Amino acid sequence: MSLDLDSTDRQILRLLSHDATIAAGAIGREVGLSQPAAWRRIQRLEAAGVLAGRRVDLDLEAVGLGVTVFLGVKLATKGRVSLEDFERAVTAIPEIQTVEHVLGLYDYRLRVVARDLADFERVLRRRIMALPGVGDVEANVLLSEERRPGPIG
Amino acid sequence: MLDDTDRRLLRHLLDDPTLGPADLAGRVGMTRASAARRLARLQDTGVIQGIRARIDWRQLGYSVEVSLRVSLDKTNPRAFESFIAAAREVPEITEIQTFLGRVDVRLHIIARDMGHYQDLYRTRVLTLPHIADIEALMHVATIKAGGRLPL
Repeated sequence: MSLDLDSTDRQILRLLSHDATIAAGAIGREVGLSQPAAWRRIQRLEAAGVLAGRRVDLDLEAVGLGVTVFLGVKLATKGRVSLEDFERAVTAIPEIQTVEHVLGLYDYRLRVVARDLADFERVLRRRIMALPGVGDVEANVLLSEERRPGPIG
Repeated sequence: MLDDTDRRLLRHLLDDPTLGPADLAGRVGMTRASAARRLARLQDTGVIQGIRARIDWRQLGYSVEVSLRVSLDKTNPRAFESFIAAAREVPEITEIQTFLGRVDVRLHIIARDMGHYQDLYRTRVLTLPHIADIEALMHVATIKAGGRLPL
């Protein structure tokens, strides 16, 4: 079941996906609503789960995590047990930010952060290649990343 | 450039991005004014690039998520620029990443259902310029997201 949005809701989503810290009053002024009316709309979007929390975007280089790598991983052995073992072990590695189960050339997509390439090599050799059931691994080093507003225009 | 206090402040903020300067001050053990000053400095220097709302597209009826791995025709010197500029025009593309490796560019695309995805793929993706090869990974499930950064 999905929520129907009008153009004011979309405008609010656009504003908040750019800066989640804007107060309801300022949003109201931007979209032509009173503060309470804007606040009610934001509450409704939160209650419906459309607004699903916040994300802090950091300059990873500035915090000492200069390397981000996306890994495609294929499992060597499959079956319910091996998927569970792999997922449990991979989730516990702190350098791994996201784990997605996918269909296609690979079984999993991992996003890994590291201080530098030497640190990434350590994580890859000691942690990732040691995961239960791991087969083919393909690494692509992230050069640039851009998040788009999505279909709320 | 960052000291231990900055890192502690960032760790708390990453754990709960709804915290304001007053809440953070309490957790890190400093005055509200100095927490606000540090946060402002982290934002001004671009360490914190933004605190943004996350939209759950599934709740808006987008149930299909696909990761498209694209290799570009590098014989054209403007391949990256024109491909990325054209990809920005497709609203359903929510992330664009460039890589060093076998994959040149990755697009994250969302669609309402498989029919919608097929339509987008044919009319908006395959028509993007300078594609040499393209592979799709269909998202099945998110096992881990928003892992805590090892700060």
